[in-house]
Amino acid sequence: MSEKSENNRLTVFKTYKLYVGGKFPRSESGRVYEVTDSKGNWLANAPQASRKDARDAVVAARKAFGAWSGATAYNRGQILYRIAEMLEGRRDQFVREVADAEGLSKSKAGAVVDATIDRWVWYAGWTDKIAQVVGGGNPVAGPYFNLSTPEPTGVVAVVAPQDSSFLGLVSVVAPVIATGNTAVVIASEKAPLPALSLGEVLATSDLPGGVVNVLSGRTAEIAPPLAAHQDVNAIDLAGADDVLAKELEIAAADNLKRVLRPQPVDYTETPGIDRMTAFLETKTVWHPTGALGASGSSY
Amino acid sequence: MAPVFEYAPAPESRAIVDIAPSYGLFIDGEFVESSGEDRNKTISPATEEVLAEYTQATEEDVDRAVKAARKAFGKWSALPGSERAKYLFRIARIIQERSRELAVLETLDNGKPIKETRDVDLPLVAAHFFYYAGWADKLEHAGFGPSPRPLGVAGQVIPWNFPLLMLAWKIAPALATGNTVVLKPAETTPLSALFFADICRQAGLPKGVVNIVTGDGRTGAALVAHPDVNKVAFTGSTAVGKEIARTIAGTRKKLTLELGGKGANIVFDDAPIDQAVEGIVNGIFFNQGQVCCAGSRLLVQESIQDELLESLKRRLSTLRLGDPLDKNTDIGAINSAEQLARITALADQGEAEGAERWSPACELPSSGYWFAPTLFTNVTQAHTVARDEIFGPVLSVLTFRTPDEAVAKANNTPYGLSAGVWTEKGSRILAVANKLRAGVVWSNTFNKFDPTSPFGGYKESGFGREGGRHGLEAYLDV
Repeated sequence: MSEKSENNRLTVFKTYKLYVGGKFPRSESGRVYEVTDSKGNWLANAPQASRKDARDAVVAARKAFGAWSGATAYNRGQILYRIAEMLEGRRDQFVREVADAEGLSKSKAGAVVDATIDRWVWYAGWTDKIAQVVGGGNPVAGPYFNLSTPEPTGVVAVVAPQDSSFLGLVSVVAPVIATGNTAVVIASEKAPLPALSLGEVLATSDLPGGVVNVLSGRTAEIAPPLAAHQDVNAIDLAGADDVLAKELEIAAADNLKRVLRPQPVDYTETPGIDRMTAFLETKTVWHPTGALGASGSSY
Repeated sequence: MAPVFEYAPAPESRAIVDIAPSYGLFIDGEFVESSGEDRNKTISPATEEVLAEYTQATEEDVDRAVKAARKAFGKWSALPGSERAKYLFRIARIIQERSRELAVLETLDNGKPIKETRDVDLPLVAAHFFYYAGWADKLEHAGFGPSPRPLGVAGQVIPWNFPLLMLAWKIAPALATGNTVVLKPAETTPLSALFFADICRQAGLPKGVVNIVTGDGRTGAALVAHPDVNKVAFTGSTAVGKEIARTIAGTRKKLTLELGGKGANIVFDDAPIDQAVEGIVNGIFFNQGQVCCAGSRLLVQESIQDELLESLKRRLSTLRLGDPLDKNTDIGAINSAEQLARITALADQGEAEGAERWSPACELPSSGYWFAPTLFTNVTQAHTVARDEIFGPVLSVLTFRTPDEAVAKANNTPYGLSAGVWTEKGSRILAVANKLRAGVVWSNTFNKFDPTSPFGGYKESGFGREGGRHGLEAYLDV
């Protein structure tokens, strides 16, 4: 972070904080860790979240789940689009943060931020379409109305990609919340600042508090309690290495979390719907259709 | 209530089934001997008569079966979908032709009433193959991308409650999508899977596409852990499901699990009582309650509790328990001594914890494994009989006052497989169905199944769906 601005004024540093339940707490542990740019220059002291912070985030995410999953798909789409609007307005800040975090030139970082904003727009459009694509009526062999509908799995822990600190982050978070899940996100360990700043954007985008919770710190410290947490329904292991991913998958089996294993992803490509369907359940409802004969309706 | 007329015995003839004294393993298109010496016996749970001996497949046998499936995979997956479809259509037709034989066989080996195997299991088995046969040459239209690919070798482990139906749920979509399979039937009900091997031969299915290995949990564990298996599909207990999930952690194996349940059947005060009573009976006494999606918790609105329970008890008094081969039998035998012991222990615990136990006057046969239909009233959510899956003909009755309370109680379980809602009010059905965290919601009906209808759970009832378009995903590289 530059010491002096262009007009030689001493700049005001930002204290980066966690984003939990719509608020910006420091880690309850009081710990921070140094975040540097790709050349090793100090950027900030980021909060080093603890297991307790992770548990608090799960509580916040669970609390937010009812209203968020119960919101209309149209409303969720509007809010995701609002996030894109808010990001657009803070584009310069994120270009700087992504350039620092990932060692990119201004123009390359600009392309990353543009793609990230567009990703929110892409998922904003999906909220009220995914149910039509993956749900539908089933022609059962009997007098029954039978409809399958996708529903959000619940609280999803997301281990965000380690390298793609902003585009990768949004590429894994947006599909989780687009369908009505709530998320506890562990930001890239070495480059958490874009994620923490994203929290500030989410807080001003009409996104209800607790829908997305952002933690920074040591992935290997925060991820295991989330993977083992009995009130977390699913986990995206995008940012876990093979050894950690296996450990987390084993812990996740305790309450049969849905697990999305790490896989090679080119985040600049337009995504498919896999990251949404990974965290959707299918509910199938049956009802007799009855018959309108002389005898009236019948079951 | 004394019956006006006694029923005369009406047994289905078992002459239609020719059970061999001993069975090997079906690997690479033929029955072969095991590398080991261990043999198990499968018995008729209604009489404890030994039906046949079968093989306890060893790790080496499992490896042989996986190798055969791997060898067959290349050609099978490369076949035009329309050709794979025709094999599956053939299988569906042969099952229809042999359905009486298979129904009797299943009733003998499992203990369930012939009216269920004949009218539910077998028609659904044939329909499942017929349904997925039609998908085999239409996968590019299924919504999984332009050219979805099979996974490879599927290791499939199935339970004893619907032996042939669970085989169909596993094998039909796997083959339609171009996978080859190694399937392990349950240790107490291996026979219908071994008969299915013969159906594969009659259908001319290429060697190695379907392999059947029999044995207990050790065989299943070896199959699940085999490094050359690409896909694991399991139906069974939640405890074993969790163990499998741990076993395959860190691999690339795709996993689907269909596990236990503690389904709530919610009856509102405006429900049609007679239909609801039929649905409750069907929900918990179908297949002796040995159904993962059973409606084992009855949630009845307080104002109609007395009326409903009176009707329910009257109805239960008319259920006929006995010889599963008798066409008039409603309640057959419990599948095994072990399962009977588990049901007995949980029911005793219910009584010990203070719930009120009731069963109709019901004479149990002197040999075999039997459990009378049982109701528990004065049950609270803390009672074991309201929390644990009993997997037997035991219904726990709880009450509620408001729809919110009904939903909260229904969802108060780590499971999430099925639920029922009974009310005449359409908006209430939709509101309650929307709030229930369960994969299948039956409204004003219960325990209905169809090959086109996706089935599977939320939460600890597992993940993945079987049936319908959704069921293809489990076997495709998507």
